[in-house]
Amino acid sequence: MGATDIHTGVATTHEVHHDEHHAHHHRETFITKYIFSQDHKTIGKQFLVTGIIWAIIGAFFSVMFRLQLAYPEQTFPILETVFGRWAKGGTIQPEFYYALVTMHGTVLVFFVLTAGLSGTFANLLIPLQVGARDMASPFLNMLSYWFFFMASVVMISSLFIQTGPASGGWTVYPPLSALGQASEGSKLGMDLWIASMSLFVVSSLLGGLNYITTILNMRTKGMSMTRLPLTIWALFFTAILGVLSFPVLLSGLILLLFDRNLGTSFYLSDIFVNGQILPNEGGSAILFQHLFWFLGHPEVYIIILPAMGMVSEVLAVNSRKPIFGYMAMLGSLFAITILAFVVWAHHMFVTGLNPLLGSIFVLLTLLIAVPSAIKVFNWLTTMWRGNIRFTPATLFAIGFVSLFISGGLTGIFLGNSTIDIHLHDTYFVVAHFHIVMGVSAMFGMFAGIYHWFPKMFGRYLNNTLGYIHFWVTLVGAYLIFWPMHYMGFAGVPRRYLDFRGWKSFNEFDDLNKMITIVSIIVFAVQLMFVFNFFYSIFKGRKVTKQNPWGATTLEWTTPIRPGHGNWEGEIPEVHRWAYDYGKDGREFIQQTEPISPNESKH
Amino acid sequence: MQTFFTIVILLLGFLITFQIAKASEYVAVLRGEEKSRKQTNKINAFMLLAFLVVGLIGVWYCNEELKGKVLDFPASDHGVDIDRMMWITLAITGIVFFITQIALFWFAFKYQESEKRKAYFYPHNNRLEVIWTVIPAIALTVLVGFGLYYWFRITGEAPKNSLVVEVTGSQFKWEYRYPGKDGVLGKKYYKQISEEKNNPLGQIWDDPANHDDVYVSGEPLHLVVNRPVKMVIGAKDVIHDVGLAHFRMKMDAVPGTPTTMWFTPKYTTRQMQELLDDPEFTYEISCDQMCGKGHYSMRGEIIVETQEEFDRWLASKKPKYFSVFPDKDPTPKADTTANKSVTAVSARMNSERME
Repeated sequence: MGATDIHTGVATTHEVHHDEHHAHHHRETFITKYIFSQDHKTIGKQFLVTGIIWAIIGAFFSVMFRLQLAYPEQTFPILETVFGRWAKGGTIQPEFYYALVTMHGTVLVFFVLTAGLSGTFANLLIPLQVGARDMASPFLNMLSYWFFFMASVVMISSLFIQTGPASGGWTVYPPLSALGQASEGSKLGMDLWIASMSLFVVSSLLGGLNYITTILNMRTKGMSMTRLPLTIWALFFTAILGVLSFPVLLSGLILLLFDRNLGTSFYLSDIFVNGQILPNEGGSAILFQHLFWFLGHPEVYIIILPAMGMVSEVLAVNSRKPIFGYMAMLGSLFAITILAFVVWAHHMFVTGLNPLLGSIFVLLTLLIAVPSAIKVFNWLTTMWRGNIRFTPATLFAIGFVSLFISGGLTGIFLGNSTIDIHLHDTYFVVAHFHIVMGVSAMFGMFAGIYHWFPKMFGRYLNNTLGYIHFWVTLVGAYLIFWPMHYMGFAGVPRRYLDFRGWKSFNEFDDLNKMITIVSIIVFAVQLMFVFNFFYSIFKGRKVTKQNPWGATTLEWTTPIRPGHGNWEGEIPEVHRWAYDYGKDGREFIQQTEPISPNESKH
Repeated sequence: MQTFFTIVILLLGFLITFQIAKASEYVAVLRGEEKSRKQTNKINAFMLLAFLVVGLIGVWYCNEELKGKVLDFPASDHGVDIDRMMWITLAITGIVFFITQIALFWFAFKYQESEKRKAYFYPHNNRLEVIWTVIPAIALTVLVGFGLYYWFRITGEAPKNSLVVEVTGSQFKWEYRYPGKDGVLGKKYYKQISEEKNNPLGQIWDDPANHDDVYVSGEPLHLVVNRPVKMVIGAKDVIHDVGLAHFRMKMDAVPGTPTTMWFTPKYTTRQMQELLDDPEFTYEISCDQMCGKGHYSMRGEIIVETQEEFDRWLASKKPKYFSVFPDKDPTPKADTTANKSVTAVSARMNSERME
């Protein structure tokens, strides 16, 4: 039982500050406690539950469109029953297919992997691991969730309108997304998409500002920046990425809104669409791509960085060893953050951009592979000569590393512009980003959920279901996405719903069927996980130890179910870094334990 | 009915799994957490190793099954460079892949929790960090070096003797225009596009360079083997992309922003049919940028032939200008028994049918 180090003695400004919060008693109603809660732990749970619901919806969409890909000639009457004219005759209509893939991407990238990942764990872990009673501004924090909720409502509403949701791909390039004449999904659905994303950006900014401020200003006594767990560093850099890049997306979307509704020509020029000559001249469709990808690329690091941080944590705790190379891990997080801002045009190699410009982006893109490689080697060395316990969290962390290796290496193909000429917009890209983001980052999220579920709810998730969840998803994900690389080499284009009219792309019918069947199984297992999640909140095995994983970090010095304000007495003082596992023959030494004079130095 | 039973089976399967899981939790508590944990550790450690072995076999098996479907050899000069680049990258990343994945799963198995061992407190080693920073950096520099060398070659100026052809994408078809004898594509302006006036590209007829331009649509684009072709690419409505998988080339078609790409086809269509033993083979253009509900059906065909065959084919085509202004057409119809007015009428009918 790890003792909470009660620091008595001289009152410092920190303590006085915290005492103010501690003595703060306000009357809580159901609404202020559970709905408009300003407690970071509750807000984290709100993000998580909303993220889980969106994940089911987004994954369900993928099962739908995979049915079309595997069985293009078959009709499924039940589809027409459920979706009406969108699936006339039991076949998914092209507009519907494109709406499904667009929403799948939008929902999973933003609502699940950004809000659901960062929103959950930044909120849950930052105050607990830095030693603060709550975020710097609990009120803005509460708003950040509710803006996310509003964004969700607007996005869902777009699914039910007559002309359907946005259907130009999650990247919504104009002129397709600007012109209602070019696509049904570019009518009202696109305006709703823009409105929803604008609310989402506000939510992210509110959250990000809070995370940065709390980490910089509200660390407890003794918690220097270099004693912070890597999870916090990762969340810190993630927030910086978001604060600097989301506004650029917003500006790009506002210009798009203007082009759509106010007759401007930011992105439009020389357009003859659907028999109509448009007056717009002088705009550049490529401008949108620059603005979009200026966020778009940092966005994928916003997604992966928290996962990386949590995996470092989970691997260290469960290997009973320090994370290998803390400073190198920190340095590589920093390098990734900086480089993330200057590689965006590798998504635009075939737009006709100036080749010299393209070459600069090739250089920077392949440069960013270096810190990523360093991280992989450090994780491997963390496990080397460890004493590893395979909790479900550990397994997901190991799976993360495997998938990150696979997905990251294929990025090296795409980052080289020469190869990208052939592979751009093919299934190779689909395979790459699904493995490295869709699966790897999800695994990081699962590792975090399994590891910190006891802290969130005072109960454990069922282990057996956890193991099944891991094994089926790992094997299934590789079965689904690994063969897609071959389709990419063959030049099979992405965003095609039917290959029957083609001679070149007809070789993969059996493969498509196999992939679809496996994806249905993987989807079913995720539903099982969701059941495990909600069931265990109420009926899971109760946590009886304050520090069930034997971890060193501060969140495990709070009571099993921490209340508002986290620590019942004073906030503990920190004396050491977060990774004293296996030091001097001791299993672990909590951060709150003072350095004893006979301890070895490292 | 099938769907109903599938769902029922899935639900039952799930219920059974859940009951087993709940039961095993009770068993674990009864047996004692330590002992249960040790056992599941052993099982999972073994499964991790098994996954590595099965996974590597799977990688090999997948390769066996699919390597034959990957478009064999490139059909253009640039394609050779691109494929070579892919092989070099595959070699380097492949080595890294096998080393790291094997290390990962082997360490997981070897260092599973054991009473006989304690974890080794090893927080950092700066020399190691330097080594595994420098080696990847060198490997990537090699890749960047090769890559940029080929990139500048591919994106450089097209050779002087290139065949020029304009490719225009629109929802959901491809239209082509050859510059004719003067080798110059006539000026066009999108506001002149008119289906009724028989001007699908918006050509400006005042520009004499337009008078010999040949418009082709609804049939394959013709190219000349071993002769570089420079494509001048544009789009009328939304962003499309001229995707040429066999040639390993692609370039976006952007409204308002013309783009170009050039390459040299190495094999005629007939040669490809022989080499691939596929009499049905034809080069295809695929649209490679999301462009609306017909994106998946936006298909074009390319025929690569000898210079003589190409010249014969092009000669059989009449410049668009003469379809719009048939009275300007100097050459009489081949069928000389028809009189001039009939010729004019049939010419107009022909061009109308092409719309």
